[in-house]
Amino acid sequence: MSIKKFAVAAYDDEAVLFPAVKKIRSSGYKIHDVYTPFAVHGLDEALGEKESDLHIAGFIYGITGTSTALGFMSWIFTTDWPQNFGGKPHFPLPAFIPITFELTVLFSAVGMVLTFCYLCQIMPGVKKHIFHPRQTDDKFVLVIEVNDSNAAETEAFLKATGAEETNIQIAESDWWYGRFDKKEDYEIQQQLA
Amino acid sequence: MHLKYESTIREALVDGNKSYHQVTEDICKTIESKPTKLWAIGFWTSVSLLLFGIFCVCWEVYWGTGVWGLNRTIGWGYDITNFVWWIGIGHAGTLISAILLLFRQGWRTGVNRAAEAMTIFAVMCAGQFPIWHMGRVWNGFFVLPYGNTRGPLWPNFVSPLLWDVFAISTYFTVSLLFWYSGLVPDFATLRDRAKTKFRKMAYGFASFGWAGSAKHWQRHEMLSLVLAGLSTPLVLSVHTIVSYDFATSIIPGWHTTIFPPYFVAGAVFSGFAMVQTLLVLTRKVLNLQEYITIGHIEAMNKVIVLTGSIVGVAYLTELFIAFYSGVLWEAEAFRLRVLGPYWWAYWAMMTCNVVSPQLFWFKKLRRNVWFTFFMSIIVNIGMWFERFVIMMTLHRDYLPSSWSYYVPTWPEVGFFLGTFGLFFTCYFLFAKYCPVIAIAEIKFILKTSGQNFKDKMNTIEEKTDEHFMAEQLSHH
Repeated sequence: MSIKKFAVAAYDDEAVLFPAVKKIRSSGYKIHDVYTPFAVHGLDEALGEKESDLHIAGFIYGITGTSTALGFMSWIFTTDWPQNFGGKPHFPLPAFIPITFELTVLFSAVGMVLTFCYLCQIMPGVKKHIFHPRQTDDKFVLVIEVNDSNAAETEAFLKATGAEETNIQIAESDWWYGRFDKKEDYEIQQQLA
Repeated sequence: MHLKYESTIREALVDGNKSYHQVTEDICKTIESKPTKLWAIGFWTSVSLLLFGIFCVCWEVYWGTGVWGLNRTIGWGYDITNFVWWIGIGHAGTLISAILLLFRQGWRTGVNRAAEAMTIFAVMCAGQFPIWHMGRVWNGFFVLPYGNTRGPLWPNFVSPLLWDVFAISTYFTVSLLFWYSGLVPDFATLRDRAKTKFRKMAYGFASFGWAGSAKHWQRHEMLSLVLAGLSTPLVLSVHTIVSYDFATSIIPGWHTTIFPPYFVAGAVFSGFAMVQTLLVLTRKVLNLQEYITIGHIEAMNKVIVLTGSIVGVAYLTELFIAFYSGVLWEAEAFRLRVLGPYWWAYWAMMTCNVVSPQLFWFKKLRRNVWFTFFMSIIVNIGMWFERFVIMMTLHRDYLPSSWSYYVPTWPEVGFFLGTFGLFFTCYFLFAKYCPVIAIAEIKFILKTSGQNFKDKMNTIEEKTDEHFMAEQLSHH
């Protein structure tokens, strides 16, 4: 949400990453984020992330779909425009099931994907800072927020945890509806501080 | 906790000596190189086929459905046959990506991306047929429930034909979302590797700005899991609803409760056959034999022999019930299927769908690439005939004076060929510009199922259980 300074460490293997994460956290550093080329199971746990609640959102969207379909069809068939289809009842609940089911799935899937995009702040045209060009290829990139006074020390510590490469970067920390700070702003802030 | 160990008895899912980076290189190679001559020939052939199809559809729209070979007795001919055939093919992708995910079948990883793409393109093709069959297609929006100036007169929500509208549009949307949410991280890989400005922009746009944050991956996993859970009943519901188009009518030969399960099994059967057709070629042309291994092909052939046998049992059950029910009309409908004017279609169906897949009981044949390719074509021909046989049940109704024989005309055949054009145009574009294999997912299984990693497991096999557990626990 603003431009900050980061110590960046790239690891070659998740077998090195896991002990490193453990060591970094127990040493009292706060990990900003870890970027991996694929879903590394157990990493969220190791980072102390709580489980995602996305499935609850999916359930709520699904229920919305169910009630929309059922309510809408019942209202049409009984109130708005009752029609006689071969003498069949005006409220044929079993025959409502297919559309109700389809709408449940549709609402749930579309809603969940949109929620996912919103929570992760991803959409076409978004550009996030890539700390390492191979973080989507084969590197596991761990990032810690630092300031001018502890940058060098943190970088050295990261190096000691088995990182293949380390460096210091100044970057937009996170994307939330666009870039907030410019690089110059960061420099002004630093001068004021 | 995820144990990074799998028994060496299980076949490796990724052959060769692969590292994470090598996986990326292998799959991105074709995307980043110039299109080959072979690709260009295939692509432009498909495009011309598509254009011919568009011409045939325009012809039909201009003159009306009268240019098709349909008549008063046989109101559903080539178009609905092809609709059911394509929608059936479109079932394998979601089955592979959703049901096999829930069953934790590791081998799905190599084939799911291409199979899902195939699903989406097949559903696009299928959708064309009911739309253009409407005849006055400019009134097609009447199927949508919206407050209109006709009363408001709503569509008939208890008609299976309207259920189809909902089922197929939902299926298409959900499959597309499932497929694309898996593609996003892989597009990000391509974006970060891109050298040219245009490619950077295009893949940057397509990747939604994905960076691979741990929290995002956690949500992504949750999303995939729930979408798989939603798609599993969805994929079964879609062909069930398609079968209702027939089963809820009162036509002898159609009015049967066996239709939903038999249609679903048939859909999976033909879908896997189409996946085989495409992947046998794709793995050869794009040099992906190490990712789509003989083991993958064998696994899919096993599904084919299973579903083929289910379909066979369904055919025989139908015949038996027609006889055992004692319903004269039902019995006559089936006598006509087997021995009537369309006997050749029935026997083509029986040979292709019931007899020939039984050859897959032989392991040697299951693991033979060219035999698989040949069989996949045979199965799809057979499944096309199945739908044709069902449709042609219409040719004799209760009134002998309206008995009739249906022959397709050139705009119908052209329309069908046009959907092949649409399907292969999309598939060629996909195979060239998207990762045909899910890069991130292959990396996820690499350390448990990759050949080079499995070879190292022999040392683990010799350890005691307690020792192994203690070691695994200390890792995390």
